[in-house]
Amino acid sequence: MSDTHAQSVAYVRDTFIAEQAPPTREAGAVKWLRENLFSSIPYTILTLLALFVIWQLLSGFLPWLFGGVWTADSIRGCREVLDGARGGCFAVLTERWNQLLFGFSYPSSQYWRPTLALVLLFVAVAPVLFPDLPRKLLIVTLLYPFTAYWLIWGGTILVPLVALLGVVVGYVAFTYAERRGFAIGLLAAVAAAAVVWWMGGLAAENGQFLLRLTPVQSRDMGGFMLNMILGTVCVSLSLPFGILLALGRQSKLPIIKILCVAFIEFVRGVPLITLLFVANVVLAYFLPPGTNFDLILRVIIMITMFASAYIAEVIRGGLAALPRGQYEAADSLGLDYAQAMRLIILPQALKISIPGIVNVAVGLFKDTTLVSIISMFDVVGMIRGPILASTDWNGVYWELYGFAALLFFVTCYGISQYSQWLERKLATDNR
Amino acid sequence: MIQALALAGLTLVLGWLLSNLTENLARSGLGFSFDFLGRPTGYDINQRPIPYDAADTHLRAALVGAVNTMIVAVLACATATMLGVVGGVLRLSGSWIVARLMAVYVEAFRNVPLLIWIIVVFTVIANVLPAPSAFRGDDPAADMLLGLIAVTNRGVYVPLPVLAAVESQGWGWMVVLGVLAGSALLTRALGLWAARRQAVSGLRPRTWPAILAIWALPLAAALWALGLSWDLPALRGFNFVGGLQLRNSLIALWLALSLYTGAFIAENVRAGILAVDRGQAEAATALGLTPRRTMRVVILPQALRVIVPPLISAYLNVVKNSSLAVAVGYLDITGTLGGITLNQTGRALECVLLLMAFYLTVSLAISAVMNLYGRSVALPER
Repeated sequence: MSDTHAQSVAYVRDTFIAEQAPPTREAGAVKWLRENLFSSIPYTILTLLALFVIWQLLSGFLPWLFGGVWTADSIRGCREVLDGARGGCFAVLTERWNQLLFGFSYPSSQYWRPTLALVLLFVAVAPVLFPDLPRKLLIVTLLYPFTAYWLIWGGTILVPLVALLGVVVGYVAFTYAERRGFAIGLLAAVAAAAVVWWMGGLAAENGQFLLRLTPVQSRDMGGFMLNMILGTVCVSLSLPFGILLALGRQSKLPIIKILCVAFIEFVRGVPLITLLFVANVVLAYFLPPGTNFDLILRVIIMITMFASAYIAEVIRGGLAALPRGQYEAADSLGLDYAQAMRLIILPQALKISIPGIVNVAVGLFKDTTLVSIISMFDVVGMIRGPILASTDWNGVYWELYGFAALLFFVTCYGISQYSQWLERKLATDNR
Repeated sequence: MIQALALAGLTLVLGWLLSNLTENLARSGLGFSFDFLGRPTGYDINQRPIPYDAADTHLRAALVGAVNTMIVAVLACATATMLGVVGGVLRLSGSWIVARLMAVYVEAFRNVPLLIWIIVVFTVIANVLPAPSAFRGDDPAADMLLGLIAVTNRGVYVPLPVLAAVESQGWGWMVVLGVLAGSALLTRALGLWAARRQAVSGLRPRTWPAILAIWALPLAAALWALGLSWDLPALRGFNFVGGLQLRNSLIALWLALSLYTGAFIAENVRAGILAVDRGQAEAATALGLTPRRTMRVVILPQALRVIVPPLISAYLNVVKNSSLAVAVGYLDITGTLGGITLNQTGRALECVLLLMAFYLTVSLAISAVMNLYGRSVALPER
């Protein structure tokens, strides 16, 4: 080997050179910096600009955050403590903590109830959100609406218990009567539930004091709790309505189709605020004279209408994305419309629509702040109204709005991260 | 059968609601009529794009509000598009830190309610910007930008163009718009001519000097003939006079809507750019297209197919979200018709109906444009 070129070349290397470390500019942090921050002159300029912007933002924000005052009884107290130094007046958060979260008229001895309801909410949605959890947890989900109602509004436990009993009896009736057809099953379920509710209503009137929690009026709900209540209730109610509307819009029956299209396009064409005006001042005209139900209930009705139109459009997208073969396969198996939808079409269409539904849910949750415009005291309403109007805290804008923004950011960002995780998880089995 | 049942049920419910309505209206002694629209309002609107005073009718007030809605919506759409395109492109840029910064911008605005942003921007303007008095004296604490624009906590004062040679400003500006439309038509004709030349000779004639002339010369001539002059803002006493005052409420609403919608548009733009296959650009380069032509005839048309539909629905959302103006006291149609007029006359039903009709008309018009566009770019399918 070594004398192959002995005649032509003076020296030929016959051993490998030992491996060497790459040049510094091609390895480690330097390489990363070169490729990701300073790869060309325009990018270098952009990077430097971005660093400058970040420096400006942080140099203003960090001293304000860390130099803040957490205990004082008013804005003047804050100013005294700060004595001209830069810092936030976070004392308003500690002093008005309960008002920001629960509003100003929820009885303070009962704060544990909404807090417990919130904790249970996480337990209840977990099996829905994470399909890997044991299916038995779904029972908690089923029981949750009734528990939460009892915890937040209080009163005797008989009311939610009767409501639950009605649902259970209705379901049993449905499973028995379904063999005669879906429509008959549905009718039987409604009838059975109505009977239970009617009888239970009589019982509840007599049993006012069974396991009684201090009742709280709807108008006493406020703060971030109100946003959470409106968000959760309206999203969960609008799902079934949205599915029905989407099916109606896809249906071959012209009258039902026209009705659904008209409803969806109307609701999507007007701003939510006009629907809230309807809830606030117009809805009363359409109800029998003398009836007067809660503003919060009227608002829930209107927001649910609003959300269901948007969810219907998302689900319509899911239905349209299914290959025609799925519909034809269901038909060829001899399934009727209800069976085909329930067993074949909807499970797949809903799966495709989950990211869209989550987007609608996030948007809706943010939109619950609009109720502050019709003078309900959600977290924004609390800040704009009682807190900033009080002489103690007049002028503490950044801390309060920053806190509200943080609450929403954490919730909405969390939900959208979940949706992306789910999308990745579901994407695997489509390939 | 099911249809008949549904229809019967719906008629029953509607009938019940309507009978309740007539009974309630009869009880309150209001009746259902739009007469109130013809009565004088007695309230003032601080931003009047068209002539209006307190003696004018409620209908006129609603009209002023509608114009105000459209003003803020158009302004916000324009700036949101710019922000969104810049944000979307920068988020894909080769500078890691710029991309991260844009991600933070997008997430911060997408996950916090618009209402909070509007109020925050409004508070910033009112508390951080200098008062007009800061511009006074020999050594003022604040300066006008370029000596032309005054940014104060009472609003931003900008120079107002005035057409001195005509009686009615409105007609004068119509003429200017007409000239611009003519230029656009000529540009289009020139483009078609250039395409024909290219088809015949294989060479595309250089058109940009002609295009520049087509736009600049007629415009300059028209403005000169109409006697364009500028009304500059100037400090008199405690406040600025002259020029055009953009009120805090308008600026806050405009900025917040642009930033918020811009974040959504940035995501659309990013998705649109990512949706164009890399091979498309490579194929165009292989065919010998210049980078500019590659962008213009290969990448953009395909990216726009993905970007435009959500862009138009973002515009739709801007129009609807502009109704949050009530939170900062900007008198758009929700503030006039749905706010002051409703409270003054007590005609809740009629006002809300008109309000919904307005928004519905605008929305349907915008979706009609969207459908037209969708049809024009749809891939021909078998």
